[in-house]
Amino acid sequence: MSAPANQNKIIKWVDDRLPIFTLMQHSAIEYPTPRNLNYWWNFGSLAGFMLVVMILSGIFLAMSYTAHVDYAFDSVERIMRDVNYGWLLRYLHMNGASMFFLTVLIHIFRGMYYGSFKAPREVLWWLGILLYLAMMATAFMGYVLPWGQMSFWGATVITNLFSAIPVVGSSIVTWLWGGFSVGNPTLNRFFAFHYLLPFVIFAIMFLHVWALHTVKSNNPLGIDVKGPQDTIPFHPYYTIKDLYGIGLFLMVYLFFVFYYPNLFGEPDNYIPANPMVTPPHIVPEWYFLPFYAILRAVPNKLLGVVMMFSAIIVLFFLPWLDTSRVRSARFRPIYKQFFWIFLADCIVLGVVGANPPEGIYVLMGQIATFWYFFHFLVLLPVLGKVEKTRPLPDSISTPVIKKSMEKA
Amino acid sequence: MRRITVTIVAAAALAAATLGLSPSSASAHEGPALEKQSWSWQGFFGGYDPAALKRGFQVYREVCSNCHSLRLLYYRNLSDPGGPGFSVEEVKKIAAEKEVRDGPNDAGDMFTRFARPSDHFAKPFANDNAARTANNGALPPDLSLIIKARNGGPDYVYNLLMGYKEAPPKMVINPGMQYNTVFPGNQIGMPPPVSEGIVTYADGTKATQEQVAKDIVSFLNWAAEPELVARHTLGLKVLGFLFVLTILFYALKIQIWKRVH
Amino acid sequence: MAHPTTPSPGVPGEDATRRNFLLYATSAVAVSGTALALWPFIHSMNPAADVLALSSSEVDLKPIAVGQSITVTWRGKPVFIRHRTPEEIKAAESVQLFDLRDPQPDSQRAKKPEWLVLVGVCTHLGCIPLGQKSSDPRGDFGGWFCPCHGSHYDTSGRIRKGPAPANLAVPDYTFLTDTTIRIG
Repeated sequence: MSAPANQNKIIKWVDDRLPIFTLMQHSAIEYPTPRNLNYWWNFGSLAGFMLVVMILSGIFLAMSYTAHVDYAFDSVERIMRDVNYGWLLRYLHMNGASMFFLTVLIHIFRGMYYGSFKAPREVLWWLGILLYLAMMATAFMGYVLPWGQMSFWGATVITNLFSAIPVVGSSIVTWLWGGFSVGNPTLNRFFAFHYLLPFVIFAIMFLHVWALHTVKSNNPLGIDVKGPQDTIPFHPYYTIKDLYGIGLFLMVYLFFVFYYPNLFGEPDNYIPANPMVTPPHIVPEWYFLPFYAILRAVPNKLLGVVMMFSAIIVLFFLPWLDTSRVRSARFRPIYKQFFWIFLADCIVLGVVGANPPEGIYVLMGQIATFWYFFHFLVLLPVLGKVEKTRPLPDSISTPVIKKSMEKA
Repeated sequence: MRRITVTIVAAAALAAATLGLSPSSASAHEGPALEKQSWSWQGFFGGYDPAALKRGFQVYREVCSNCHSLRLLYYRNLSDPGGPGFSVEEVKKIAAEKEVRDGPNDAGDMFTRFARPSDHFAKPFANDNAARTANNGALPPDLSLIIKARNGGPDYVYNLLMGYKEAPPKMVINPGMQYNTVFPGNQIGMPPPVSEGIVTYADGTKATQEQVAKDIVSFLNWAAEPELVARHTLGLKVLGFLFVLTILFYALKIQIWKRVH
Repeated sequence: MAHPTTPSPGVPGEDATRRNFLLYATSAVAVSGTALALWPFIHSMNPAADVLALSSSEVDLKPIAVGQSITVTWRGKPVFIRHRTPEEIKAAESVQLFDLRDPQPDSQRAKKPEWLVLVGVCTHLGCIPLGQKSSDPRGDFGGWFCPCHGSHYDTSGRIRKGPAPANLAVPDYTFLTDTTIRIG
């Protein structure tokens, strides 16, 4: 598909030299999208929207923030109290991180339910995991910047993990810290990277969308597009649907920002960092809790670290671990049940991570960790081979045509 | 219709899950249940009561400021909108009650002068070590953020102030400590700060222990969240606007999608 | 029955006008919403409350002897405060306005003739003129001299010679007492 018919002269002049308008036309206006996408497909654009909000609020926060251990905490309080709308910038950024992770997690689970990770979308899936990893690194470093008690001690605990690496572990930790404990050099470099990574995320997101547009979107039925009768142009159908989704989403997000801005947070982080006093319970932000639970489920330090990273690495192999030929869980009645069990398992892991590793939580954490890896490494490969799937419809548009013929 | 229902149910479930998962509510081991109070700033239309904040400031000034700093506040905040509502002249007088260090002057010496509205609240002690020495080794925390820095927020602080009860019979109280129902470990170094008649309110309100505790908590909540009134007001406008915009988006979406259904 | 259609803009029929109205209304609300949403970001760059609070300085004039000048900092800039001698006052008052590039009578520039308060920034390109210390060159008119490009200011701080286009600025100030002023 090429340039639109009613191009004005200026657009054509620019486009002949750098085809940005043709690119927009091709990928945002004409892009053939399956006609049957449901609202679970809104979360990709919602995540992209949140990336923009985070970068915008972050840049304006950075105008007033000072990355030095003696000034960081107070500079954030200055933003809250003295900078015009500073409290809004801060709460947008703080709650935006939670919303960013929420949209991305829903987006990932959508992919797992409908088989969007299967051929030919493996690279698309991998780029997604890279985005998720970059987000986690960015969020981890960002949380250190206000230099509260949780900032400091969370940084201490997580950077200390690398000492588990045999032989070179403690040298690596010293190198990461720039000193012999988390301190000013650490804070400064975390600020530098926290500013940098979102733009790396932006670039990877560009590749992610490019990969998507190369193989085209999946759909709730999980069957391939057979022809133009199965698709509709992205604009205006999905542009308006995405805008509606953004409207709904913004109401939820801004409800938290304006009325319960500290709900997702930890009160201890309103206490300035004190290297001499450890808080009674060191807890990461909620989106790290499942990984925190996996880490602590294993009594061995190195093995715990390995398991925690493996929990993400296993996702890279998902396209091959899931052996089923059928993409969408709509037609996989057994897999569907296990999908919901897996989701529940992740939530259980989150609850375990929020609590101290005592009592019932120890066993819960171990069972939930076991199940997590069992789901990927045993269940999926076996299920794909033995499951009796339901018959797939002929095409995307067949159910639609049938339905409208019944109406007529 | 089904999609909207699903979305709303999902959002509600999400809110419930987050409220359940959020660290502040997750850990039941954090201590005894707090007696919840109703605070004037709760709810969609909640805000601060300037009279209560003025009384709370009087409590801070006469009782708490002897040990506790309020270092993130400036005297000028006392005349900011959404706060206690002192006039600019009153604030100048309040500030001038305290002396602060300044300098060096042209001769190279540090000197003291009266505080101005643009100064931070004066600290009772020069530094943490001096504070500890004056308080049997305990450090009275700064109160600027105390409400946000504790699980349970205003309810926690209120319950703490009201929680100086008789220790249970078998319990050993360490020297210099007091029994308290909500402080972690149930022993606190601070002697009971708030009691009936500890201040004589300028506005004539009866200074019962509950009243004093409520007023100081209200003042401290304002100190921690001075932007609350502005935040709630703007929030109402923003959410209202978004509601209208989302309905418009929805109507437009239905209209456009008619072409393919 | 339901053919997938690539929508063409001008579909005739009653639906068209209704859609257009809805489209315009929605676009208007969305665009204005976006503009309103951008305002907090822009306004956050304006001076913050603590900067605004420090925007005035109070100065005690008692220590300044006749013929002496001091420099204070105000909003990050130098402010010259001079206790003028009677000769300097006379010279300032007797200058003819048509001799001035930027005509201003001395009475407009000094609330009390013996006290001159000026922003010590040359109106040419921003250097700090000399003349505060007794050892400094005063220029041809007994006031201040800017060494950067040779602007001469008189005893009222008015530009007399050189490239500067305007007189040294007089900041907003008030006498709180006979011997203290508040600048800003």
